[in-house]
Amino acid sequence: MPMTIAEKILAAKSGNKHVEPGELVIADVDLVLANDITAPIAIKEFRAAGAKKVWDRTKIALVPDHFTPNKDIKSAEQAKMLRDFAHEQKLTHYYDQSDVGIEHALLPEQGVVVPGDLVIGADSHTCTYGALGAFATGVGSTDAAFAMMTGKAWFKIPQSIRFVYRGKLNKWVSSKDLILHTIGDIGVDGALYRAMEFTGPVIDKLSMDARMTMSNMAIEAGGKAGLMNPDETTLKYVKGRAEHKWKVFTSDPDAKYEKVIEYDCAKIEPVVSCPSLPENTKPASALKKVSVDQSVIGSCTNGRMEDLRIAAQLLKGRKINSRVRCLIFPGTREIYLQALKEGLIETFVKAGAIFSMPTCGPCLGGHMGILAKGEVAISTTNRNFVGRMGHTESSVYLASPAVAAASAILGRIGTPDELK
Amino acid sequence: MNLKGKVWKFGNDIDTDLIIPARYLNTSDPEELAKHCMEDADRTFAGKVGKGDIITAGKNFGCGSSREHAPVAIKAAGVSCVIAKDFARIFYRNSFNIGLPIFESEEASLKIEQGDTVEIDADKGVITNVTKKETYRVKPIPPFMQELVAAGGLINYGKKKFKIK
Ligand code: SF4
Repeated sequence: MPMTIAEKILAAKSGNKHVEPGELVIADVDLVLANDITAPIAIKEFRAAGAKKVWDRTKIALVPDHFTPNKDIKSAEQAKMLRDFAHEQKLTHYYDQSDVGIEHALLPEQGVVVPGDLVIGADSHTCTYGALGAFATGVGSTDAAFAMMTGKAWFKIPQSIRFVYRGKLNKWVSSKDLILHTIGDIGVDGALYRAMEFTGPVIDKLSMDARMTMSNMAIEAGGKAGLMNPDETTLKYVKGRAEHKWKVFTSDPDAKYEKVIEYDCAKIEPVVSCPSLPENTKPASALKKVSVDQSVIGSCTNGRMEDLRIAAQLLKGRKINSRVRCLIFPGTREIYLQALKEGLIETFVKAGAIFSMPTCGPCLGGHMGILAKGEVAISTTNRNFVGRMGHTESSVYLASPAVAAASAILGRIGTPDELK
Repeated sequence: MNLKGKVWKFGNDIDTDLIIPARYLNTSDPEELAKHCMEDADRTFAGKVGKGDIITAGKNFGCGSSREHAPVAIKAAGVSCVIAKDFARIFYRNSFNIGLPIFESEEASLKIEQGDTVEIDADKGVITNVTKKETYRVKPIPPFMQELVAAGGLINYGKKKFKIK
């Protein structure tokens, strides 16, 4: 019986030859992830259940990235809970201070997640690892606690929707534009409970950095996972960094999809999602009147090397508009170091940007870049909900690194073509 | 399970940042979270919601982050259940996992109004609008979910079924 990549991974991990959408399975997970917001609840539940030892100390990743370096006493207490637990349980994948990175940039980079893995994370953007051909999905703290104790999680086999991207990408159109366009097309619940599968000649040509940007935002369409079939690009990426053996699963050509949606990329221009839902997309060119107070480049969506390089390319020799605060956040320490080696940090600082260490920071309105009442941000992050980055009467526009960098220079929303 | 309460009505796509804003996520204490429940959707909600009250909403309730703090805040605020057209996936699983009853009913989501008193018979799958004297059908809860609820949430279910070290 033909199956999709999502079905194949869930079948393999639940000990079934075949699974059908709608079926409920209990499966063995390869990794459980939690962060400084979600792990404290999971740890409390773990203890309340009377558990003494985690199921496998090598398969639990704790990443304190949201409010770190700790923004206040309460968040310091939360981070300390993770630290104490990690040391007590001798967890091998605990990332403190100097090792820290934004979880979804960090784990693939460190080879902790590989193709064919089944990953649950108490963070909704766990779907990022779909880009590697892993089935990865966000869950809550209780699910994480349960998996920390048992190595298992329950799953309803999702129906799959296949997205096919064809045609030539226009100038300054990146994978971020493709995913924003897709969410604008199908809506924030357009893939509710579904596995999204991104395919087609355009996807085949994308780098891993660019692919992860797309899978990252599957949740913004309600998706359970955002998968891509592993190919040479994937294997080149995992070789040399994989911590454990990978297994390549790919969708059968005659697998069943609930829907197949095709896009002609030649028709897609740089896209911006307007407040306060990611589905409110418009071409960047239609928003030239929107002036911005802050431009944020980074996060688990767009804080990778390729993103920083594009930002640097545009900022080099230019000045950020004097009314704009431009904050640039690398995803991980390795990315930080690479940016340093390539001279990107100097470019950013000379242009007037603020370059930070890796943290979620402003992405969730946590710290280091909160918006005041009435302020407007353009951001390469993934959510523009009411109050997401600060005051409930502030607003966030989502865009690619190219548009965010260009807007920082222009002082209003715009595209790189408008730069002198 | 029988639940009865006064309704607070919200719209479509109520996201987890509206339910419990990230600025309060430096704690996981349910009582603390309850003080800020629904704050960015309705600033006065936590002050006026009464024990047993019910939240109704449109489509995709609980979309956004995986924060379990969202159903925890709602439950700790005294809300007895949430009725919506449908729920975002992670919110749906979190609610069952922590024991916050949630019900999917398009009809109820449309017809129930702010301030109505409604009664839910979860076993029969019927919502009665006491104020309007109407009844609505609830989408049945899958057997596995019923098992979770009966066990008192996922952790208790797990303790019965699996060996824990
Ligand atoms: S960068 Fe933003 S979206 Fe990504 S994990 Fe951090 S808070 Fe969540």
